[in-house]
Amino acid sequence: MQTTIEPTTSFEVSDKGFYGHFGGAFIPEMLYPNVEELRQNYLTITADPSFQAEFQQLLEDYVGRPTPLFLAKRLSETVGATIYLKREDLCHTGAHKINNTIGQILVAQRLGKKRIVAETGAGQHGVATATVCALMGLECIVYMGSVDMKRQQPNVDRMRMLGAKVVPATSGSQTLKDATNEAMRHWINNPVDTHYIIGSVVGPHPYPDMVARFQSVISQETRKQLFAKTGSENPDYVVACVGGGSNAAGAFFHYLNEPSVRLVAVEAAGHGVESGHSAATTALGKPGVLHGSRTILMQTEDGQVTEPYSISAGLDYPGIGPLHAHLFESGRGDFYAITDEDAMAAGFQLSKLEGIIPAIETAHALAALSHMNLKADDVVVVCLSGRGDKDLSTYSQYL
Amino acid sequence: MIEQPDIQRPTETDGTTENRIKSLFSRKSERLLNIYFTAGFPHLDDTVTILRGLQQAGVDLVEIGMPYSDPVADGETIQKSNGRALENGMSIKKLFDQLVGCRTDSTGEPITVPILLMGYINPVLQYGVENFCRMCREVGVDGVILPDLPLDLFLDEYAETFRAYGILNVNLITPQTTDERIRLIDAESDGFIYMVSSASITGSVTGISDPMRAYFERIKAMNLRNPRLIGFGINNHETFDSACANANGAIVGSAFIRHLDDHGTSPESIQAFVDTIRA
Repeated sequence: MQTTIEPTTSFEVSDKGFYGHFGGAFIPEMLYPNVEELRQNYLTITADPSFQAEFQQLLEDYVGRPTPLFLAKRLSETVGATIYLKREDLCHTGAHKINNTIGQILVAQRLGKKRIVAETGAGQHGVATATVCALMGLECIVYMGSVDMKRQQPNVDRMRMLGAKVVPATSGSQTLKDATNEAMRHWINNPVDTHYIIGSVVGPHPYPDMVARFQSVISQETRKQLFAKTGSENPDYVVACVGGGSNAAGAFFHYLNEPSVRLVAVEAAGHGVESGHSAATTALGKPGVLHGSRTILMQTEDGQVTEPYSISAGLDYPGIGPLHAHLFESGRGDFYAITDEDAMAAGFQLSKLEGIIPAIETAHALAALSHMNLKADDVVVVCLSGRGDKDLSTYSQYL
Repeated sequence: MIEQPDIQRPTETDGTTENRIKSLFSRKSERLLNIYFTAGFPHLDDTVTILRGLQQAGVDLVEIGMPYSDPVADGETIQKSNGRALENGMSIKKLFDQLVGCRTDSTGEPITVPILLMGYINPVLQYGVENFCRMCREVGVDGVILPDLPLDLFLDEYAETFRAYGILNVNLITPQTTDERIRLIDAESDGFIYMVSSASITGSVTGISDPMRAYFERIKAMNLRNPRLIGFGINNHETFDSACANANGAIVGSAFIRHLDDHGTSPESIQAFVDTIRA
């Protein structure tokens, strides 16, 4: 299937990297040359036919695209609507993250970079980054919160086996936010020969736009596959979980300007939105600046970033991508907050009904289905962003 | 946001105070020493004590850090001091409360040394940019350093407010900053230029390397209109001397934070530190 990175829609990023009020490039001068180099080159590089040819071939032959759009019949019966699952869990490495890392490693090569640095929460982005670095023979350093290293040990082992150096982030809550801080510091200290592969639609412009474009392969395939199955490209709902929001950005991308398609973003409520242990950013946050962009951010009254919590290591980020902040503010997206308990139940439900063990991140998206007041004739696409192998030890505590 | 748009803005020319940074550089152009400390560290109420200690020890400028949970341009030493300051309960509001009256204190020696606030943009945004500038003016802060507020965003959104209150915005340059951009930063700066000594976060550099020297000389040869202070990696007499040979002075941060942690905030301790830098 031909995939091109197309210019976007009215939700397109502005020249200065803003989606409505959100976005931009709030970076120290030490990062300015790197980010500017990327900003000036990413569209030219990614539009180049030779880039597109290599990107396409790797997506097909290495990642295993297109991923299936699966009609989940038993889940549909249970929920009371027609539910399709976009099977990103079947991508090589087990999650959608590799769509972006394949794209970014090709950009990094064309910029002449020799080393890759990345951050990771659940480890899926770290594994995807380590994988493409191994594929291309580039040095790879992945920062990961030391708490996350413990709860996602299989992914740590996978990264190391792939040749990456995994560096524990020991500051703050020792999770994704702190891993991101450390990766940014590493980039500040190594500005010339290093490319920072950000794993979500966060960070300074052009990262949110670049990552969304690489992930837009999800919605592009969905449209064609849904048309083949139903005669219409457009479902009634597209549902995806949001930590930073990369799988959601990819699942929503080609539907942003289709007002008949409701975009449903599902955040992690942890122990409950008001429990003090939550990562429900839009419910709890307000506008602020973190990791290079203005977005909606969980923070204290004084502007100190709050430590988020979720059972899912991929969703406990205190912000969301600026595109998602714009979708929230403009009302284009519906935002739900799902507790740990609901997410775990949904993960078990999908496993038993369809034989698919989803990542706990994805289980949050699935759990939203029962809160959406769906009608019998509604067609829903859920982005099944990743598989749950890495989460087995957490799932087993709920068996 | 806590903006109060109906307030009467002062004009920069209303003559109430001359900016102390500008006035300093008009008197002195060599071997200026700017020392950074984090507000609320080691203890919540140390701000004015340290400020007074630094003034008595003869430093030329003082940079007070507004602690932040995610200081990405800073290294471990300053990040830890930020964390401890936040645990101690420091905030921008508390810092302003502590600074009120320091310029006119009749019981102790009034603070006359130029003061800069250094910090990250998010806490300032939450405080409200206009409120922040008004309070800076009210308590006698002369300038700010906000490393994650790049020049173009500053010019687009905040320059007018800063100018209205006479608060200088100090911009950074690094070895990777192009000559063209340095010219732009020089044209848009008013106070001094903060030369980051190398591609690094704070506290991670030791000594002055050959590439650093080459960079210092390149910038010196550009004959910028603004004075330059070199920061990052300035931690002893030798590095201070090297910086002063290539710029108007230097900024010391992490080394002073470590000194405060190890030796306390007494005037004698602070004097001893400043003496080792200046020697």
